[in-house]
Amino acid sequence: MNSIWEYANPVKFSKTAGVVVPWASALAGICLFVGLVWGFFFTPDDFRQGSTVKIIYLHVPSAMMAINIWVMMLVASLVWLIRRHHVSVLAAKGAATVGVVMTLIALFTGAVWGQPMWGTWWVWDPRLTSFLILFLFYLGYLALWEAIDNPDTAADLTSVLCIVGSVFALLSRYAVNFWNQGLHQGASVMRAGAVTGTDTEEKVSNIFFYPLLLCIFGFVLLFVALVFLRTRTEIHKRRTSALLARERLG
Amino acid sequence: MIALLARDLRLAVRAGGGFGLGLAFFLIVVILVPFSVGPESGLLSRIAPGILWLGALLACLLSLDRILALDWEDGTLDLVATSPLPLEGVVAIKSLAHWLTTGLPLVVAAPLFGLLLNLPVDGYLWLVFSLLIGTPALSVVGTFGAALTVGIKRGGLLLSLLVLPLYVPTLIFGAELARRGAEGQATTTPLLMLAGITFGVIALLPFASALVLRINLR
Repeated sequence: MNSIWEYANPVKFSKTAGVVVPWASALAGICLFVGLVWGFFFTPDDFRQGSTVKIIYLHVPSAMMAINIWVMMLVASLVWLIRRHHVSVLAAKGAATVGVVMTLIALFTGAVWGQPMWGTWWVWDPRLTSFLILFLFYLGYLALWEAIDNPDTAADLTSVLCIVGSVFALLSRYAVNFWNQGLHQGASVMRAGAVTGTDTEEKVSNIFFYPLLLCIFGFVLLFVALVFLRTRTEIHKRRTSALLARERLG
Repeated sequence: MIALLARDLRLAVRAGGGFGLGLAFFLIVVILVPFSVGPESGLLSRIAPGILWLGALLACLLSLDRILALDWEDGTLDLVATSPLPLEGVVAIKSLAHWLTTGLPLVVAAPLFGLLLNLPVDGYLWLVFSLLIGTPALSVVGTFGAALTVGIKRGGLLLSLLVLPLYVPTLIFGAELARRGAEGQATTTPLLMLAGITFGVIALLPFASALVLRINLR
């Protein structure tokens, strides 16, 4: 009865979006405001990095989102190809735009952070390079959407591209890893060992961690709000064009 | 299938530009490099494997929209799709024809261009070998891109945007294999990875290409 597939109904989805969007955006606003103010003004400067460490509150959440949004698009594309739910693929389309902005934010803040820390805006480091490639994948995905007139064809083709692209994105990730050794530090925010307390050596200190966690929640909520909003807009756009077409015929 | 392959090859040869265009483009890329980075032979021989790989990739990219676009325009593709041949096989044959007309000539001509870039003597065999293994992957991935954009008018630029990120792993491992070979380092890892990519895409991507082609022909 209460299956998740009910939300494939555009009307039902729009109604849900109407409830979700204000709540998620309000919560995102609160989380981001508290997290950023806390992070920027009420945490001490790092003993090595000084105040530049505070870019972490934008850099880490946006980088996490950039990757996770592509995963979400992959799932949505698979749902579209298997079960033909229009809402699903429209959500993927809406998410891609958010994803490309997140990737840009991560790249930009990374460059701003890298300049004082490493003395360079850009290095051909595995993590940086694979992000640039991810950015290209987002651009290609969106460009393909824009290039095709028939919405169902566009949905099918972009979904296949998303799936093939995921495989190659993963492959590129390990290829560039092999190609050059990195300057970027390894995972230091979310690690199994750090949570259980078995290793605390390289983990981000708790002083920075709590506001960071809040910022991450804020970004996730912001993404949820934006995706629902954009998907609903796409549904409305489609309905409008269908109505216009009917008017022309009648 | 053999008839289809023969037809594609004949068309490529007779229409002109199949063999010649890619090679000429490759040659121009190679000639332009010393102009842009300076003719110092030590530097050239160091970057030669990477430049040759990049040139081969660009020459391959240049000819991608010929794989399907012409057949799409004159309706051949619809005929082939309704024939008893499985579309996966058609796509595979198309990739093979593309490789035979652009990839293979590049492989054969690469030592000559290596000469122009002062490639170390040890590097020739590795360069040819890496191109021989790697260029089929370029053709197969390119066919997928061509199948994606076949219905789009003037989709050439979009095709490049879609295909180039997909080429990244092949380029990295291919150029790495050629470079390591030229410098006499261990070559096992890039060799295995490159071969893995090529065989993987040959095995899997024709299905994806046939799928998107079916969607486009719908």
